[in-house]
Amino acid sequence: MSQRLTVHDPRGTPPKVTGERLAPRLQSLDGKVVYLVDCLFDNSDRFMGELLDWFGGNLPSVDARVVKPRESWVDDPGMRKRIENDGDGAILGVGL
Amino acid sequence: MPAVAVHTEVFSQLVKSTALASGMPTARQAFVPQPVVDRTAAQLRSYIEGADPVSGRPFLREVIEGLTRPLDDADLSGLSFERATPRLLEPDGEDNLHALFEENRWTDHLPIVLPTEERVEAMLRGTGRDPDEVVGTLRPTAYREAWEFTVEKVAVNAVMAGARPAYLPVILALAATGQTARSSSTNSFAVIAAVNGPIRGEIGMNDGIGAMGPYNHANATIGRAYNLASINLQGGSVPGDTYMGSVGNWYNYSSTFAEAEERSPWQPFHVQKGFAAQESAASVFFGAWYTHAGYGPRDTWQENFRRSLAGCEHHFPPLFVMDPVCARGLVERGFDTKEKMIDWLADNARLPAREYWDNQWVKTLIHPLAVAGVEPFATRLRAAPEESIRIFEPSDINIVVAGGETQGAWKMIAGRYSEGGTVSVDAWR
Repeated sequence: MSQRLTVHDPRGTPPKVTGERLAPRLQSLDGKVVYLVDCLFDNSDRFMGELLDWFGGNLPSVDARVVKPRESWVDDPGMRKRIENDGDGAILGVGL
Repeated sequence: MPAVAVHTEVFSQLVKSTALASGMPTARQAFVPQPVVDRTAAQLRSYIEGADPVSGRPFLREVIEGLTRPLDDADLSGLSFERATPRLLEPDGEDNLHALFEENRWTDHLPIVLPTEERVEAMLRGTGRDPDEVVGTLRPTAYREAWEFTVEKVAVNAVMAGARPAYLPVILALAATGQTARSSSTNSFAVIAAVNGPIRGEIGMNDGIGAMGPYNHANATIGRAYNLASINLQGGSVPGDTYMGSVGNWYNYSSTFAEAEERSPWQPFHVQKGFAAQESAASVFFGAWYTHAGYGPRDTWQENFRRSLAGCEHHFPPLFVMDPVCARGLVERGFDTKEKMIDWLADNARLPAREYWDNQWVKTLIHPLAVAGVEPFATRLRAAPEESIRIFEPSDINIVVAGGETQGAWKMIAGRYSEGGTVSVDAWR
């Protein structure tokens, strides 16, 4: 039997995870403003355009609107404020 | 605000683990097939009207229910937890420990040196820093949580890589950059590190024949230690979860070398970045994806360089590594400073605007900036489709001289340099 060795764990220290509750859901999408957030990945504008078109044709009671951040992968407080002020829900996407 | 995030299916495990680490494991998600890029409107419409490939349910049902399905207890509480990593593992036999490291993906799948207490203690003699001192944080990408690490944890990974204690200040400096050498980007990035100053000679680094290959103990093990440390100190580099590089990258094994300062006709790289010549420093270049290579300069060197520059990934400028023979030949042609050479390279890195803007990542990362009026991108966007535009600025391009003078070789390698990308090695002695 080989000798028992004591060795170090090579991993760093992960941060503590603090639970976050989800935002309350909507009872229905009827009459609600739903923002379709184009995250600016290549072709996500086309995807969101098709999703917008689907809402228009299939759920016309939903006021779906496409919105884009100013820059890819960077928080856009102005865009978030607009969604918070005017919107009831958001769909974010999509790459790659 | 209720929200649903839409992803492509290949990212499902990554989405799951990121949501968990954010304390919201039940965050509402929906998936479409991969890819979205280069799909027509009709194809994307079929994604929207088709099934979510992860759940098997209609995609739109996932989206609409994601916004409307009432919250349950798990949604309301989120999930709080701590993930402690012990200092020492349970004692075991050598073979079992090697198997444990391999199974946990704590290695690069090559044999490692087990980090026993004695070996780590010996490694720590390579620095005057306190073993418990926090060096910094690393993460696979900007949207993952950052893991913290100490001097001792870096030493543990240095032992695993087979490094010697004298190398530890360089390895600590590289870890302290905060730049992971194991990015999770789909682009299969790696990091090339260049070392300058007296430390090169003190630890016997190679800036000559085979400087960028496996021909020197210090080069090889420092680069390997930086990669192993990146894997373990950031919480992993596991395909499908913490690593998403499509085809992978050999530079992820080890890619550290020294600049041939004494044989270069130009200013050392670290001096360009504000360090004194007698200081030791390490610089990191992110990317290491494409590589173009050639020989020169000869009569047609300008055409040769222009072709390679045009072949560089449009959003990723090159680190230009050249043999001293090549560098001296360029000095003979009037480029008596790196800056003059870089100005020429930037002015000759050109593409028709149509080709530049058709690049997937230019479209994703640069086009929004151009639309917002940010220069020089806005000027590039105003160009006519066939107009030749500059794709890099002088500040994007860097040159490091290395090589054994067996010929005038050069390489252009994806190597984005960021402000703060050169750090002191002396501070970690």
